[in-house]
Amino acid sequence: MDFEMTAEQALIVDQVRRFVREEVVPLEAKLDPDASRLEPEDQARLVSITRAMGLYGLGIPPEFGGPDVDIVTQTLIAIETSQHRAGLYSPCFGAFGGAGLAQLYEANDDQKERYLFPMLRGEKHGFFGLTEPSGGSDPARAIRTQAVRDGDDWVINGAKIFISGADGADFGIVFARTDASKGRGGVTCFIVDADTPGFYVRRVVHTLRSGHYGTELQFEDARVPHANVLGEVNRGFAIANDRLTRQRIPYAAGCIGVAIAAQRMSIDYAKQRETFGAMLSTRQAIQWMVVDNEIDIQTARWATLAAACKAARGEPFRTEAAMAKLLASEGASRVVDRAIQIHGGYGVTKDFPFERWYREMRIRRIGEGPSEVQRIVMARDLFDQALY
Amino acid sequence: MAGVRLDKPWRALTAANVAGLAGELGVYQLADGEGTVIRIGYAGGRSLFGLRSELQAALAAGGGASQFRTEVTAGYMSRYDELLMVHVADFGSLPEGNADDARRRLGRLTPG
Ligand SMILES: Cc1cc2nc3c(=O)[nH]c(=O)nc-3n(C[C@H](O)[C@H](O)[C@H](O)COP(=O)(O)OP(=O)(O)OC[C@H]3O[C@@H](n4cnc5c(N)ncnc54)[C@H](O)[C@@H]3O)c2cc1C
Repeated sequence: MDFEMTAEQALIVDQVRRFVREEVVPLEAKLDPDASRLEPEDQARLVSITRAMGLYGLGIPPEFGGPDVDIVTQTLIAIETSQHRAGLYSPCFGAFGGAGLAQLYEANDDQKERYLFPMLRGEKHGFFGLTEPSGGSDPARAIRTQAVRDGDDWVINGAKIFISGADGADFGIVFARTDASKGRGGVTCFIVDADTPGFYVRRVVHTLRSGHYGTELQFEDARVPHANVLGEVNRGFAIANDRLTRQRIPYAAGCIGVAIAAQRMSIDYAKQRETFGAMLSTRQAIQWMVVDNEIDIQTARWATLAAACKAARGEPFRTEAAMAKLLASEGASRVVDRAIQIHGGYGVTKDFPFERWYREMRIRRIGEGPSEVQRIVMARDLFDQALY
Repeated sequence: MAGVRLDKPWRALTAANVAGLAGELGVYQLADGEGTVIRIGYAGGRSLFGLRSELQAALAAGGGASQFRTEVTAGYMSRYDELLMVHVADFGSLPEGNADDARRRLGRLTPG
């Protein structure tokens, strides 16, 4: 397998890299170190640049108006766009747009008109509501939120937790149990409007990621029309799983980008910081940290590109995506940790981005399926059966 | 779990009270003499001396505030947004000193 970039990929990556360094990083100098958004006029200016680059709407399939960029190139781009302080969770502050809730590509025509197209135009925002207080690793069993059919409606009762962006959303994709006797085959996916009576965003869930919080949701007899069932009744879990698998590749790429930035800064710093009469870069202990960083970065990069290549060829890539997510989130956590060590006291100050990356990278080992769940996914495939 | 509202007692916004604050990061509220919140703010990672310097700036700026209260938190950004949303939920609009926040997409909360 050849991971050399094509000439066109190299050109795009170079263009995006310059954009990050020349347009995005300077804006961060005037923001709070934990900020995750720009002033609206700065944001609009960045979007106008990515539009001019022909790269706005990355991740949106071309048939829905996105640029015709394959998944491998998208992965290479995602490795670049996270290389700034806010980049792990707000790559380029959203200047490349986004695919939004990918499940909506499965929607019927009416739902596409009401939700998908407004979302792609940036007029509506959605949230993804799967995890519940009873657990997120095994949602097929943990989902307690119930939806009961009542005429043309479904009546939803229950709670969700850790849900990102629900407080500012216009609608959400909500998974609820519709057949208690069926486990994984008894969950349905609903599109719930945020102004539905009985739907409440009860509180902010504060985490290590201060700029982007989760929320806790409550459904109290929230009535949702049957027309808002996404996909088929009792087949919602397939929709959730599909998104989780695809999402793991850019998720891994974001971790790798941050690790690359931390490594670059560590090497620069080690070359100019002197202790005991010599540069840090001459010390074997420091050199080995840098080498270990490189091993973690390259391992994750190869695994992630391998997953992207399989996805591009239309082959099954679930194991590869899980491996990429695991290697990238765990490897990048180690890289950021070593970068802090190399920078000494400065490493933990808010003058540098490492402390933010350190906090946010910790979440990456839990979000979108914790490391243990990635291992379960791989084990299932390796044993060619559902272990649970 | 901390309460969603910042409901500590108000303190007089005086130079002496503000000088006694630690230089920590966190959130604060300013109120008039009736206890009406007129601004919610935060002392973030770029503040010189955290809550102390932010409140010293508020004191110097005047603006009708005569009382303040603070909460030390490293998660000042999410707590700041939360306090703004709770204020809107309780009073229907942002405090007058937070008009700038209306320019962005602030979320909606319905605290229980
Ligand atoms: C900041 C943040 C944002 C989030 N955003 C969203 C969102 O927008 N939408 C959404 O639906 N969810 C969201 N989540 C939830 C996230 O997906 C879950 O936290 C995650 O799936 C884990 O679920 P849990 O926290 O309930 O842990 P649990 O399922 O209770 O698991 C606890 C621990 O046990 C481990 N474990 C579980 N099963 C096994 C096993 N068989 N063997 C060994 N170990 C095991 C897990 O890996 C985990 O480490 C978010 C979470 C965070 C922290």
